[in-house]
Amino acid sequence: MNPIIKSILSPKFIFATIRVMTPILYPAIGVAITALAGSINIALEGIMLMAAFTGVMVSGFTGSLWLALFAGVAAGVAMAAILGYFHLQLKADIIIAAIALNMFASGMTIFLLYVFAHDKGTSSSLKSLVFPSLDIPLLKDIPVVGPMLSGHNILTYFVFIAVIVFYYLIYKTPLGLRIRAVGQNPDAAESVGINVKRVRLYSLLLSGFFGSFGGLYLAMGYVSWFSRDMTAGRGFIAIAASSLGGNLPLGTFLGSLLFGIVNAFAIFIAPLKIPSEFIQSIPYLTTVIVLAIYSINKSRKVKREVSE
Amino acid sequence: MGTILSLKNIVKVYPNGVVANKGINIDVQENTIHAIVGENGAGKSTLMKIIFGEEIPQEGEILYKGKKVKIHNSLEAIAMGIGMIHQHLMLAPDLTVAENIILGEEPVKWKLFLDSKKILKKTEEACKEFGFEVPLNKLVKDLPVGIRQRIEILKVLIRNAELIILDEPTSVLTPQETEVLFKSLKELKAKGKTIIFISHKLKEVKVIADRVTIIRDGKDIATEDASKLTEHEIAELMVGREISFERIPEAEKTGEAYLKVNGLNYINEENLHVLKNVSFEVRRGEILGLAGVEGNGQTELVEILTGLREATSGHIFLGEREITGFTPRDIRELGVSHIPEDRMENGVAEKSTIQENIIVDRYYKKPFARGMVLDWKKITEHSEELIKQFKILAQSSKTPVSALSGGNIQKVVVARELSSEPKLIVADQPTRGIDVGSEEMVHELLMNARDNGIAVFLVSADLDEILKISSRILVIYNGEIVAEFDSPAKVTQEQLGPYMLGVKRDKH
Amino acid sequence: MEKFIVKYFHLIRTIIAVLIGIVISVLIIFIISKNPGFSLKSFFLGPLLSKGRFGNFIETASPIILCGLAISIPFQAEQFNIGAEGALFIGAAVGTAFAVSTHMPAILHITTVLLIAGITGAIWGFIPGILKAKWNTDELVISLMMNYVAYFLGLYLINYHFRDKSAGFLVSYELPKTAWLAQFVPGTRIHLGIIISFAFAILTYYFLYHTTRGYEIRTTGINKNFARFGGINVFMVIVLSQVLGGFLAGIGGMTEVMGLHRRFNWQLSPGYGWDGVVVAIIGRNNPIYIIFAALFLSYLRTGGQIMNLLSDIPSEMVVAIQSIIILLITAEAFLERFKYRITIREAKRKEAIDEPNN
Repeated sequence: MNPIIKSILSPKFIFATIRVMTPILYPAIGVAITALAGSINIALEGIMLMAAFTGVMVSGFTGSLWLALFAGVAAGVAMAAILGYFHLQLKADIIIAAIALNMFASGMTIFLLYVFAHDKGTSSSLKSLVFPSLDIPLLKDIPVVGPMLSGHNILTYFVFIAVIVFYYLIYKTPLGLRIRAVGQNPDAAESVGINVKRVRLYSLLLSGFFGSFGGLYLAMGYVSWFSRDMTAGRGFIAIAASSLGGNLPLGTFLGSLLFGIVNAFAIFIAPLKIPSEFIQSIPYLTTVIVLAIYSINKSRKVKREVSE
Repeated sequence: MGTILSLKNIVKVYPNGVVANKGINIDVQENTIHAIVGENGAGKSTLMKIIFGEEIPQEGEILYKGKKVKIHNSLEAIAMGIGMIHQHLMLAPDLTVAENIILGEEPVKWKLFLDSKKILKKTEEACKEFGFEVPLNKLVKDLPVGIRQRIEILKVLIRNAELIILDEPTSVLTPQETEVLFKSLKELKAKGKTIIFISHKLKEVKVIADRVTIIRDGKDIATEDASKLTEHEIAELMVGREISFERIPEAEKTGEAYLKVNGLNYINEENLHVLKNVSFEVRRGEILGLAGVEGNGQTELVEILTGLREATSGHIFLGEREITGFTPRDIRELGVSHIPEDRMENGVAEKSTIQENIIVDRYYKKPFARGMVLDWKKITEHSEELIKQFKILAQSSKTPVSALSGGNIQKVVVARELSSEPKLIVADQPTRGIDVGSEEMVHELLMNARDNGIAVFLVSADLDEILKISSRILVIYNGEIVAEFDSPAKVTQEQLGPYMLGVKRDKH
Repeated sequence: MEKFIVKYFHLIRTIIAVLIGIVISVLIIFIISKNPGFSLKSFFLGPLLSKGRFGNFIETASPIILCGLAISIPFQAEQFNIGAEGALFIGAAVGTAFAVSTHMPAILHITTVLLIAGITGAIWGFIPGILKAKWNTDELVISLMMNYVAYFLGLYLINYHFRDKSAGFLVSYELPKTAWLAQFVPGTRIHLGIIISFAFAILTYYFLYHTTRGYEIRTTGINKNFARFGGINVFMVIVLSQVLGGFLAGIGGMTEVMGLHRRFNWQLSPGYGWDGVVVAIIGRNNPIYIIFAALFLSYLRTGGQIMNLLSDIPSEMVVAIQSIIILLITAEAFLERFKYRITIREAKRKEAIDEPNN
């Protein structure tokens, strides 16, 4: 059998898929929560960068993984809070404000990287800690399944928990009910005394929270350093992943999984002579096509109902 | 019986400079149904938003149960026991009825999670207590409007509202649904609630209200026991003048049928049969008035005639030419002009200048454009001329429309639509919410158009207007033409009423 | 005075936002730099102090102007398009491919290459445009995705088919001289691209404010329902605005290749598309203002780079500062209360004058 096909059929492929899916799924959950509340957060790119940078810097200077985790999440949530303040309080257009924040994060992290580490490319001069990988007892010994699911970074296991938390949050808590109500009809929520701005702010903060983990995983799990613009568009891909999944928990997970599979595929067929650029563009093309089909169906459905 | 709510000298200025309330004083007595009436734009809705905390006035005080209060948001209003049923229903379509009712005060278990059992129990109890039946587990989007309104009222009741504001609640209801609603309101009053009922339908006010306040131009004009005022008196106070029922001079000659509508049907996105087999004709040199309570298919009919909406079936002819399915541009090119129902939504681009608004149907024609290039000088000249001719109060043709008053904005619309040398004018609520002077001017212009042999199709919910200027009258109810009157001079409001309310029908 | 403030409120707000940005930069420099005086001088005056640097300032402006125009046309029609980046990249890549594989006399070559790049960019705008107009697909997400597709396809085209293996870097073959835009100021690399971008700014201004199509685009942007009501073909307007945007972005990318590098040398997306968003917002979508906004931004950029080179402050500070400026400019409520207070005072004064007449 062709060694490449063999490697794709091996458990390693699934392992890699999960690994590359993680930094998409975290921000995708963030995007989905804000989308359910009726706004679109395209600032996940900047949120992740800030969290990644802060995590690396704090771990490098303090040597504490816990402090790095808290600082990273705090930085990401702070970015979301700024977005919330400008959008909700100062009535800035959320898209443009988010574009500005992405620029801010990109510029600011490089600026500070230079100030603190005297390098504008990577933080290699500063030793960053990484979050540990876990071998799951029992599971790791099962053939085939073991190598797929065991030995991942702890933040990768957390992302599955995050999906479940997302589900419970949205369907089983008062805040989730309010988020959905605000997204479906903000006036309705307002009329029963729900503070729409506050609910939207919470949803943005939550997206900052989940997004931060994606950033931390990238810099302190996926690799062990910060490099400029290291998110490389994952915050945008996350938007595609969650819109593919209708912003619902399972859908968002499957959407991110699709991107994980395609990216892993691109890595695995690298030895082949197929240009990797083609493979790498597949997820984006897929999104365009799927979103187009989705909206075509939707407009057909409206028409059909009318003519019946 | 004391005063539950008292408003003193309320002034509200919007950020765009519009003064909606200019010192309003109202006392609402406990355990009464208090109607507030006024024309569109008189300031009723702003006032209600102020009571409910959705808008904050610049001046004045609110006394609730004798205490001076400041209501900053609707949450505070709800906490005080004030509830509001908005004209556009406030429900989340993809949540269940129970979730909608309980929203904002969800019962919680383990301090974190929704308690779904309690949600059902609480909503069931409320339904029983107030005698409302609603399907608690259904999604709101699957239910008809009448039921949705009942959900709204339940929402307010479950929050222990003592003062309930209803903003034009009957505008979306059928007569049967209206009756059910009135019965419920009387029961609520019997249970000790106070109700503020906003309307411009005087008949309803007489039926349901104990007291009535008339608002005009941002000021309260009078507050009286409803029984002491006749409909006619209320109407006069509302518009601020002696209402003349004097008809305009009759047309001298009427030509052949120009607009012919044949078996028109329209089914909307929600699968409702909005127009049912509508057929009629408008002749050259006549004003055909279409009377009806708002929301009986008029909007859709006008939009189909002007190409903004596609009919489900049926045919439309202009002269001998079928125009069914034509684009708005095609239809305008054939000489149809359209004064829209909602001037801010369709009639103007607010942030554009007057001249940019005037040319929307002619910018590509000579002399305003040569090929692709606009001739602004010609456009300005033309606009200045229209401003003068139609007595539009504006500094220049380059003034943005947003800086004009409602009446002047309508004049911009009318100036455009009447200066395009139309053969058919479709006028939908052409005088809604504008001052008397402008209203009279619009009527005169429509009459002149008629005398010049233009076919005029007038849609209006204002019966006075219909009776004053129509050459013939049709009545629409629930998407059907139910009556036709050939000599309006002999028709009275009382005769039209039963048709408009669906009690009586002549046709089919 | 008060009327003046209300009338020129947007301009005043923009200036205040810019000033705040500059004050923050000065503060940062004072805090971080060991020699703040020198850093400040190289940042604020650097672009003026040598011919070459002044040249850098002008060169940088031209793709930013074109991308600003590219963003402003869809914005005027209320269409979100952040796909200028992709249109620029793919336009430049396809334009380069075409340029290196054809031989023509100079003027013809330049024109066709620019056209090819523009049309490629236009196709990139057409896709989100038609999807939005026909099926209401979210143009924001689509244009974002199209950026990536453009990036990878552009790289593929250059790296696999037009790569100059002798160059030692991942770059395309050099463009034939017939496809070069002349550098016409000795001692600088200022090239015809700046003239082209100025010309397009004026053309775009003329198009938007003096032609029927421009009127349709602006009217649709202000009130889509009104446009439809008046007979404007809104469908066509949406598609056209995106196509024109893509066209200008494609040309923006190509002029940079033809004038400055003479090869396609981007391995990362250059980011001009995002700068376009910035200057479109600062310039309130007015092509003439966009020229000034782009010059302002490229001045800051160049100053930042000079400071980066000569002192201890990294140039990325400018990116952070520009984002703060945009945040403040798009924040509608920023200073709004101040204006509101004046408006109320005016309205009351008017009431007081009107009252006795009633």
